[in-house]
Amino acid sequence: MIDVIAGALLIGGAAMAAIAAIGIVRFPDVLSRMHAATKPQTVGLLMILAGLGLRLQDLSAITVLFLIAVFQLLTAPVSAHMVGRAAFRTGFAKRDQLTVCELETDDDAA
Amino acid sequence: MIVVGTICSVLLAITGLLCIVRIVRGPTMLDRTVAADVFVAASAGAIGVEAAVGRHGTTLSILVVLSLVGFLGSVSIARFAAPDTDRSSHDEPTDPEEDA
Repeated sequence: MIDVIAGALLIGGAAMAAIAAIGIVRFPDVLSRMHAATKPQTVGLLMILAGLGLRLQDLSAITVLFLIAVFQLLTAPVSAHMVGRAAFRTGFAKRDQLTVCELETDDDAA
Repeated sequence: MIVVGTICSVLLAITGLLCIVRIVRGPTMLDRTVAADVFVAASAGAIGVEAAVGRHGTTLSILVVLSLVGFLGSVSIARFAAPDTDRSSHDEPTDPEEDA
């Protein structure tokens, strides 16, 4: 039973990665591609790590898995923020696709 | 578990191929950064799936390293991203003066 749950989590994580890759190829600009990219980075990897933890069932291994999850959850938003800011500041983001642009009048803050 | 491993391998291989397509096509450096980030995440997922199928924990340290290296790569590229550094952006108009 535990193996079934672990297998479902592993397949779910891999499916998240595949869906995100389709988004990476088909979405039109940097910001929407970043939206697709967050799925394997957070949810997908967390599901795979949870499935791995259910398979291993070892306290030291689960500690390392927890560490990986914490690193990923801490670093993914920071890198996404920096990439998005760089995209906006260098003009690579298409501004006509933005519904609300709070940085429009204040480019120095971007 | 063999079936699960096969399905996950196929899905993650599709992910890697599509990310490589985006890395090759660009058009900007930041697109490539995002695609490389997803590629690193998919590699971490592949290592995790392999460890889960084989029921061993020897490759867990590689996962820690991957989660940190992917962060460092994208942050350093984003830090030094400059306008018009990428001359291959012909297919999509990304001129900063046009967009502003």
